[in-house]
Amino acid sequence: MSRFKRARCMLPLVLAGVFSPLTGFAQPQAPAAVRQAALANVGRTATPAEVKAWDIDVRPDFKGLPKGQGSVRQGEALWEAQCASCHGSFAESSEVFTPIAGGTTAQDIKNGRVDGLMPGANQPNRTTLMKVSTLSTLWDYINRAMPWTAPKTLTADEVYAATAYILFLGNVLPENFTLSDANIREVQERLPNRKGMTTAHAMWPGKELGGAAKPDVQGSSCMVNCKAEVVIKSFLPDYARNAHGNLAEQSRLVGETRGVDTTRPAVAMSAAGAVGAQSGSTMAQAERAPAAAPVSVVAKPAVSGAASVMPLLQKHACVACHGMDNKLVGPSFKDIANKYKDRADAVNYLSGKIKAGGQGAWGAIPMPPQALSAAESAQISQWLAQGAAK
Amino acid sequence: MLNRFIQRAPENFLTREQIHEVRAGRRGFLAGAFAAAAGSLAASRAAAQGAAVPAEGEPEILNLPPHSKGLGQPVAARGYGLPSEFEKNLQRRESPGLTRVSQASVSFCPLQGLFGIITPSGLHFERHHQGWWDIDPSKHRLMLNGSDETMLKRPMVFNMDELMRLPSVSRMHFIECGANTGMEWGNSAVPTVQYTHGMLSCSEFTGVPLRTLLELCGADLKRARFILAEGADGSSMTRTIPMSLVMSGEVLVAYGQNGEMLRPENGYPLRLVVPGVQGVSWVKYLRRIEVGDMPYGAKDETIHYVDLQPSGLHRQYTSIQEVKSVVTSPSGGQVLLQKGFHNLTGLAWSGRGKIRRVDVSVDGGRNWTQARLEGPVLSKCLTRFNADFVWDGKPAIFQSRAVDETGQIQPTYSELRKVRASRSIYHNNAIQSWALEENGEVKNVQV
Repeated sequence: MSRFKRARCMLPLVLAGVFSPLTGFAQPQAPAAVRQAALANVGRTATPAEVKAWDIDVRPDFKGLPKGQGSVRQGEALWEAQCASCHGSFAESSEVFTPIAGGTTAQDIKNGRVDGLMPGANQPNRTTLMKVSTLSTLWDYINRAMPWTAPKTLTADEVYAATAYILFLGNVLPENFTLSDANIREVQERLPNRKGMTTAHAMWPGKELGGAAKPDVQGSSCMVNCKAEVVIKSFLPDYARNAHGNLAEQSRLVGETRGVDTTRPAVAMSAAGAVGAQSGSTMAQAERAPAAAPVSVVAKPAVSGAASVMPLLQKHACVACHGMDNKLVGPSFKDIANKYKDRADAVNYLSGKIKAGGQGAWGAIPMPPQALSAAESAQISQWLAQGAAK
Repeated sequence: MLNRFIQRAPENFLTREQIHEVRAGRRGFLAGAFAAAAGSLAASRAAAQGAAVPAEGEPEILNLPPHSKGLGQPVAARGYGLPSEFEKNLQRRESPGLTRVSQASVSFCPLQGLFGIITPSGLHFERHHQGWWDIDPSKHRLMLNGSDETMLKRPMVFNMDELMRLPSVSRMHFIECGANTGMEWGNSAVPTVQYTHGMLSCSEFTGVPLRTLLELCGADLKRARFILAEGADGSSMTRTIPMSLVMSGEVLVAYGQNGEMLRPENGYPLRLVVPGVQGVSWVKYLRRIEVGDMPYGAKDETIHYVDLQPSGLHRQYTSIQEVKSVVTSPSGGQVLLQKGFHNLTGLAWSGRGKIRRVDVSVDGGRNWTQARLEGPVLSKCLTRFNADFVWDGKPAIFQSRAVDETGQIQPTYSELRKVRASRSIYHNNAIQSWALEENGEVKNVQV
């Protein structure tokens, strides 16, 4: 009771404290000039060193290109060590990424247009060299984003060398060539697809590139009797029915529809389409094969095992090349575990292989040496030696 | 009467044959099927989903469930709320075989199960070129500089504290990958709307107009015609954006998404928002803006995201996502449980502005009727449409066709291929067809 009283007594004082010195508060609406000056004080000027550290782009006119040079031969050595594991020794691989070299001819280099892109050429793959029209793009991208698991670790000279090697693989450069900032403009004039781009379209949101005033495709506004007959020209083949997993597990449990159970074959739709006839045939099928148990809708709980090493496998990008059960660039962890399960010194052996890299045990694609601590490689090897449990 | 208990059947409980039996009105068969399946379900669920409706009524009503007779969970039991246990089927998913490594891959948004126009942030589609990161926002910086010394009065650096006290705007926009529906250029290739159209999401984004930042830097607006946006991650994605679009005020440097910060998979703590333009230009982990006087020919403007035309030329700098729509339910991979009334629903969008109109067809495009547009209808934002469909049990082919405020009409596959053939990979905005078969199953087809 006394506490309540005291509080009530204090109330007028508090209110007075809030309301009396009105002029001491900030104005909600500052004059425009004051606002502008205040805005201009947000943020700071970038230092020249900061701009230099981040301004790494190279434009099609080669503005931003650092001085330097690299030879095809230097590029080849670099390629085997750092690039071939994903792209293949000849930049031809489609195992992991789309192929880089291939599909271009001496005639393309002369013309600046790639025959393999022409109608009816039936070129199955479109390689980087079939598409790239500006050499700055190759240099810039290798410099900013390669190698894939350790981007921005190449020196400028190494980027020149890797670029030169790719161009050598496409017969754009001879084997004894050294690419540099001094001759790169001449090499640009040998790119096979340098004249293969157009901006004559209406899909650029501005007028800066010329382009086209009107979109090139327009639909129809027909509402009634728009076509004589409707023919299904394309549909998914039966063998692809379950290719995206069981669709029953990819739809909500309530509502006007369910996902279809794609673990079971589709019911053929008879041309006559009589409901009775169809239900008869499906019943017969159901009697032959016992009804499938309801599919669990809850994802399998993660088991310990892989969970204990997964942070390490991700930190060192092991999972970029090794799958749990499936071969990617290298063998799956399961295959490694099976191969070495009877080896007494498996932990030591695998630790050594992880750190040193290698080639031959699993095929021609080399594994680069990995920079990880002894404790980390031992932990991964332990997990492998114990069967690479998921 | 019949449909009342059928709709309560759990997912995957009825096989397609059983669904067929249900439609044929064979209640006895159905009761048997329920009884047989009940044994393999969790006891509580089996009881709740059990047999046919007895004369006196359903047990769900007559027998009060535990949640009506007990004490529920306390507040803040989950400091960050999660969807119901029963919603786990709706996940973003990869398309098997599309990519070989999942750090340079895409996960598709489950459009088949979403309502309205806003994508829950946890289901937003993902596209990473070199893996995603969760970046400490206190260490993140945005730099603005010029392609030469005079392009800006001063190059500037902003930290997140500074960006977040500048005048902000919040706007709802769709984001669609330029390669969305790319697998379908030549033929039907994937089964559901998640995989045909799921590189599409829509959020309310909050941030600072890039124009405001350029004004603070004193950009030379006479010479500046392009900006380059660059990410801070390993791929350091770069894309060229026209200055005219930036000066319209539409392009945002955004930190907010649906009321919270961006999710790490979507660029936390900072990304570019380029309304109407394909997702690759919405650079994530945005670290730098360069103002320049020529386009940059980035990797994703010269090697990828170039559209091969019948002439053998590639279209470069194709950016606008053109008028497009899709029926999301009923859609491929689903089964209709009942004849009779159904709500046909879907999404429409255009990178050129607002959706003016959507028509739907249930006979493969022979005849069309106008769908209802649900509000709000916003520029460069998803628009939800609905239409009534009464199924008589016969085959049908669902289609939708959108028209935007510039008068562009979504084309059929034949109209699109007549001009651009089928090797483009990017910017497929053709009308999607879903074939409903007599057995209730809906399949992806092209007509």
